[in-house]
Amino acid sequence: MSLALSIGLLAAAGVFLVLQRGMIRIIFGFILLTHAVNLLIIAAGGVARRDAPFFGGDTSQAADPLPQAFVLTAIVIAFAITVVLATLAVVGRGDDDTEAEAEADAGSEALDSVQDGTEGTRGKGGDLR
Amino acid sequence: MIDILEVLLPLFVGAPLLLGGVLFVVPRLHPLQPIIGMGSLLAVLAGAITVLIATSNGTVVAHQVALWPEGIAIPFVADTFSALILTVAALVAVISFQYMLASGESRSPSIPALVLILMGGIAGALLTADLFNLFVFIEVMLLPSYGLLIFLSRRGDLGASRLYVVVNLLASTLFLAGVGLIYAVQGTVNLAALAGAGDDPATAIAVAVCLAAIAVKAAVFPVHGWLTRAYASASPAVAALFSALHTKVAVYVIYRISAVVFEGESTWMAAILVVASLTVVVGAFAALGEKDMRSLLLFQIVTGIGFVLVGVALFTPLSLTAGIVYMVHSMVVMGSLLLVASAIEHTYGSSRLDRVAGLRTREHLVTGVFVIGALSLVGLPPFSGFVAKYALVLATADAGVAVVGGLLIVVSLFVLMAMMKIWAEMFNGKRHPDVELVAAESRIRTRQGLYDGDYVDDEEIAQEAAHAVEHIDPPRGTALTAHTDPHEHRGTRVRFSLIFPGLILAGLTVGLGFGGEFLVQLAEQASMGLIDTSDYVRAVIGR
Repeated sequence: MSLALSIGLLAAAGVFLVLQRGMIRIIFGFILLTHAVNLLIIAAGGVARRDAPFFGGDTSQAADPLPQAFVLTAIVIAFAITVVLATLAVVGRGDDDTEAEAEADAGSEALDSVQDGTEGTRGKGGDLR
Repeated sequence: MIDILEVLLPLFVGAPLLLGGVLFVVPRLHPLQPIIGMGSLLAVLAGAITVLIATSNGTVVAHQVALWPEGIAIPFVADTFSALILTVAALVAVISFQYMLASGESRSPSIPALVLILMGGIAGALLTADLFNLFVFIEVMLLPSYGLLIFLSRRGDLGASRLYVVVNLLASTLFLAGVGLIYAVQGTVNLAALAGAGDDPATAIAVAVCLAAIAVKAAVFPVHGWLTRAYASASPAVAALFSALHTKVAVYVIYRISAVVFEGESTWMAAILVVASLTVVVGAFAALGEKDMRSLLLFQIVTGIGFVLVGVALFTPLSLTAGIVYMVHSMVVMGSLLLVASAIEHTYGSSRLDRVAGLRTREHLVTGVFVIGALSLVGLPPFSGFVAKYALVLATADAGVAVVGGLLIVVSLFVLMAMMKIWAEMFNGKRHPDVELVAAESRIRTRQGLYDGDYVDDEEIAQEAAHAVEHIDPPRGTALTAHTDPHEHRGTRVRFSLIFPGLILAGLTVGLGFGGEFLVQLAEQASMGLIDTSDYVRAVIGR
């Protein structure tokens, strides 16, 4: 039950954050979402049986190794993509996060891209409606 | 022969991944870069053709990685369907890479390596028979795609790349959740072991979660919006590469899962039919509102996805055959058209309909390739589009849903309208009095990464463009002699090497039109493998 509740909570929080405008929030949203899915996979293997399959553990009570392998792989992949997302958050210009007026003010002058990314997020946090 | 092929199947994944890794180590301007890239793509193509020949009689080639017992090992399996799609995918990859070499895009850092890794991921996704492994290979395919999209982003603007990564990550997460649910219900994610499990409602819902996630990747209505936005900001060659590979792999997975797990059960298929019809209509209508050649073509990809899905939704031998033929046709012809758009965009700096005009009298070869591609896309004989659409409409009538067949024909008229719009404005339109100036201006804007609507000092750009036109070099391949007037040689022309890749694909669509029999036979064999999956199941789990 607690597992199901935490999956639901993580997924809800993840979806909420992914729907925000700032890229950093979206990244945090995805981190929560992948956690939710990883827990789901662990739950899929059944959490009642927890013994080790060797070293004298009871094999009939051994934990299912396959979901653990799945989750390990999924964690690695999610990490790689989080890095890509984090890179995307700080490079480039024309983020959805920047308001249209601010963009017009800035004109075509090249803003320091890193500063642009973080400032946009911070600004958004201030006037969160 | 078959035994050797079985052992070699994992090489389709392993070799490109390994060589892609090696290419990261080779210095990026090393002359070996393009040779290794092109050589290994050609090797994948040759291997795919070999497998296609071996499986063309319905044989299923399967290999259990590391020779673990069936059911435990990660299985790689190739039947006629996967071999056919792999062959066409490798072909389009080779030709798109050829375009990248010609346009100089392959000189950007690590592009050949990324293309190779992408190819490895595609091969893995097409050959694996394990759903979790499929998730892994889709990620392997997407990670280099993010790189290609970001490195070669046309306008230095990463908004569209962010959108692409976020949408694909969300879909992947959903797919992974679906895999978890399937494992919870069935205790296995081996596709062959799930054969016919769609009868159980719980399993059906779990698999439907996977299918929904894949539908996002396939850009099916109502989740098609990301494709046209993300691909429009990619480099043109990358858009051509992605259009043939990404969405088609997703459609392949929909075909495979529907066939193996649901065995064409009609309740699910009716839903797919509605969605497919809507996709066809929305893609065709939305295209008409676009003012850019590339965006117009990108909506045709969406329409094409709908056409292919109609094939699987009806799930008769004829409709599956027609759907597979349409898939191959769509990969080839969309590649051709997008490469034409790429060549125009590369040379004239823009593919906007109002910026480039009068190409008919300027660019004879480009016009020819475009006309072949456009007519084939609309579905006129003697091109491959006619074979595919004719078979599909016949299949709808045969399955008793002639109304969908009528819809497909009406939509084809709107596709024709979209192509006419390009023709009328870009090719037949009144030629600009100062083409060179406009082209130079567009190239400068593109180089500076400016949106068409961006605030910018036009005066400055106009001056720079005028300066560039004054000092333009004679185009390549024309020797200036003492007697020729240099003014005659000045001018922006699409280089032959740029249009050559599109020309090959256009030739292929003509060939598939005249020699349609050959493709239809292969597709028939493939559809038989989808309708009776017992050979597939036996090859993968041995019972």
